[in-house]
Amino acid sequence: MSAEKKSPASTVDQPLVVAHDLAKTFDVSATWLSRVIEGKPRQLLKAVDGVSFEIERGKTLALVGESGCGKSTVARLLVGLYEPTRGGFQFDGKDAYAAFKSNDAKAMRKRIQMIFQDPYASLNPRWTVEAIVGEPLHEHGLIQNEQDLKERVAELLQSVGLSALDMVKFPHQFSGGQRQRISIARALASAPEFLVCDEPTSALDVSVQAQVLNIMKDLQRKRGLTYLFISHNLAVVRHVSDNVGVMYLGQLVELADKHSLFRNPQHPYTRMLLDAIPKMKDTGRARTPVQGEVPNPLNPPTGCSFHPRCPLANERCKTERPVLKSLHGIKVACHASEEGRHE
Amino acid sequence: MSLLQVKNLVVEFSSRHGVLRALDGISFDIAPGEILGVVGESGAGKSLTGASIIGLLEPPGRIASGEIVLQGQRIDQLNNDQMRSIRGRKIGAIFQDPLTSLNPLYSVGKQLVETIQAHLPLSDAEARQRAIGLLEDTGIPAAAERIDHFPHQFSGGMRQRVVIALALAAEPQLIVADEPTTALDVSIQAQIISLLKNICKQRGAAVMLITHDMGVIAETCDRVAVMYAGRIVEVGPVQQVIHKPAHPYTAGLMASIPDMAVDRERLNQIDGAMPRLNAIPKGCAFNPRCPQVLERCRHERPELIQGVQLQNQLPTQVACWLTSTPQTEGRL
Amino acid sequence: MANPISRWLNTDVGYSFQQSKTAMAAALIAFVFIFCAVFAQWIAPYDPFDAASLELTDSRLPPAWAEEGSLKYLLGTDDQGRDILSALMYGTRISLVVGLASVLLSILVGVGLGLVAGFRGGWLDAVLMRLCDVMLSFPAILVALLIAGVGRALFPQADDSLAFGVLIISISLTGWVQYARTVRGTTLVERQKEYVQAARVTGVAPMRIMFRHVLPNVLGPVLVLATIQVATAIITEATLSFLGVGVPPTSPSLGTLIRIGNDFLFSGEWWITIFPGVTLVLIALSVNLLGDWLRDALNPRLR
Repeated sequence: MSAEKKSPASTVDQPLVVAHDLAKTFDVSATWLSRVIEGKPRQLLKAVDGVSFEIERGKTLALVGESGCGKSTVARLLVGLYEPTRGGFQFDGKDAYAAFKSNDAKAMRKRIQMIFQDPYASLNPRWTVEAIVGEPLHEHGLIQNEQDLKERVAELLQSVGLSALDMVKFPHQFSGGQRQRISIARALASAPEFLVCDEPTSALDVSVQAQVLNIMKDLQRKRGLTYLFISHNLAVVRHVSDNVGVMYLGQLVELADKHSLFRNPQHPYTRMLLDAIPKMKDTGRARTPVQGEVPNPLNPPTGCSFHPRCPLANERCKTERPVLKSLHGIKVACHASEEGRHE
Repeated sequence: MSLLQVKNLVVEFSSRHGVLRALDGISFDIAPGEILGVVGESGAGKSLTGASIIGLLEPPGRIASGEIVLQGQRIDQLNNDQMRSIRGRKIGAIFQDPLTSLNPLYSVGKQLVETIQAHLPLSDAEARQRAIGLLEDTGIPAAAERIDHFPHQFSGGMRQRVVIALALAAEPQLIVADEPTTALDVSIQAQIISLLKNICKQRGAAVMLITHDMGVIAETCDRVAVMYAGRIVEVGPVQQVIHKPAHPYTAGLMASIPDMAVDRERLNQIDGAMPRLNAIPKGCAFNPRCPQVLERCRHERPELIQGVQLQNQLPTQVACWLTSTPQTEGRL
Repeated sequence: MANPISRWLNTDVGYSFQQSKTAMAAALIAFVFIFCAVFAQWIAPYDPFDAASLELTDSRLPPAWAEEGSLKYLLGTDDQGRDILSALMYGTRISLVVGLASVLLSILVGVGLGLVAGFRGGWLDAVLMRLCDVMLSFPAILVALLIAGVGRALFPQADDSLAFGVLIISISLTGWVQYARTVRGTTLVERQKEYVQAARVTGVAPMRIMFRHVLPNVLGPVLVLATIQVATAIITEATLSFLGVGVPPTSPSLGTLIRIGNDFLFSGEWWITIFPGVTLVLIALSVNLLGDWLRDALNPRLR
């Protein structure tokens, strides 16, 4: 425990993660030769286009959106798998990207970890569970010897509801839900403070999902973990999050605490998403599904990128891109909201 | 008369470890024009049931016993040629991935016309008109032009609409849809579900909707069958199964789905996991995980029997000793 | 108490082996040849290269079952009185050693380059792949001839071991390309998988990821390729030796024996060339069949 942590309120109150204007553009142009011969233009994909948010210690921020909205890219930006084209984030008051590039990168990486979506591809099929869960322990020099390693791995496996005897087995001997638990155990090995979870339960059956979500919530409570939870499933998001950010084509369109977002969504896209969820109660009611599909991110609409599908779009929406502004305690990027035009 | 009757269907796979029973005595009916949902977790056997009905069961899987009867005619023992004339004309199919359901080398129109002409005696021009009509019905804008486009020129949701058009091309009485919306975004899902429901009701086609998503079932289906470890554990009207499940597995499943309306600290979980095919417990397959297990459940397998029937509703069937044991009758 | 062999027989691959009569027969034949090659010194009736033990009077004797043949020389003798059977055993050893060594070298170079190309991507990948394309456009024999010829021209006084080295290098120089391409393809796929990304998030160094995470997962197809390539390498060596640019004449391989025997074919002494030829065919065939079986056994889709 550093002296910094024991100092009064200021550091403890400060959010653990502060992302500012994060942006990531990918160059998806054809190869140089094709471009020259066929005269094709350079193509740039703005996967994330200026995203800012804060996550307080011990809390969960969920990022929701459909395919192509950039939420997975944000996840990878926050663990240092990608370098941002613009912007950055502060982790515990320090510039994270500077830390990733410095000689002390390992210290930063020890504190941030990630859980992935596909339980079948996130564990090396040729390694034993012991090797997989023990790798972070080796990397960060957290153990002294073999015996130490076995004990630590056993502890970690037990904390996710698996048995210590499982450490000699290989991934293919486990089910999807169990593999995801092994992933969680691996992520926790270096005792991180911040976990980025990229759709961790999307590939799991409903009852298995319930088990994994319960474990994640328990661990958060016991260890004071902070989560960034990416998902496309609003019901799951509602269950796990404290705050929710809705993304569309690389931008945050609404950022609010869970209750406000679900009870009183402001942005037309959020409303459409909530409406689109098949509900188990009052079935058979006529819903009006919104028309259109998510536009091609290579060629986004001008102004507000949602305007082609928005029932409230006006001239301003077609030309001026809305900025995330505070409104009654939540943040929303919508001209209609700002102008008080929504019903 | 039922459109489709499945009686005690048993599907087995022979492997070097022995014979595995993937489906162990499945029985259900689908009435004409009805939408039946088949729900279950991975490994429960719902896709296999669909594949057996369409006749696309891949070896080493095979139908070991039981009957599949379509409009009074047995179809489980037909050879490939006979099955081909049934597929398309009487049974249409929609699969999960629209990208691989369409041939990327042929235009959408060509594929539609080919299917239409395979089953209906129409000329080229008539078939093409019909195809355009189908595309319009499934909500594809500018159908007369887009009919000559190729699959890669359509977006995911649009492609699935084309697949639906293809399934309906020869006016089948039954559509088997295997996870038709799982690969699509939530907003597109809503569009496709409502399209499927409306277009099938309009044409009087029955639908067997296979999915793991209870929300989709709740929105579209009339009745739902819940599968577990290769068996059907409960069948009944959708509202009843969802809100008043009779089988402990169904109850556990419903309770573990995160609910938009209620905030809970922990989700209800069913401990353990669905058994593997080579380790199905004796008696009731669910007994090791059942919170209300009786001694009888460990030895005798419960049959699917009539359960509670509410007023004006279709009957339910449950395979559970709790339902049929006299002293528990009062509970329901 | 299960010993490794019975444990292996129990796996999917081992089971498939027991199911395939072809694979078992091929394995048996290959085993017999390997056994003879390894233990040639002890089981061969004579040492055909010990000039002192040769008896010129016994030259050109036909195989034992023909007239004039004798049981002393089961498969007959050549023009210098060398026992064909013994010559076959020693020759097989040379062929096998050269074949295996060149395959091993090909693997080292090919897998290494393929791994780096797939993992690094970018211009390194592009350059290496173009190099592969260039190598593939040369026929293997011509490349081998070129290198062998150049080697001899550069080092005319060189001793036998250099000749071996040059031979092995020239055969492996055309073999590595297949490995590089296969491994590169698999590496590209594995690199995208989440377990590699998880290692990167933890901060594992790229080299370590490449060798400890990715390499074990790309080796599957390499085994199949290697088995089939051993047969090709042996035949290539035989061809080169037949042409006179392969192994030195003091350690004749099967190819050399075929060449020597060729001169006597039309004078009726067929056994001097036919037996080495048949041996060569049998070795190549059995190894090829084993490779075919292995490829099918390891293919998850066919199971």
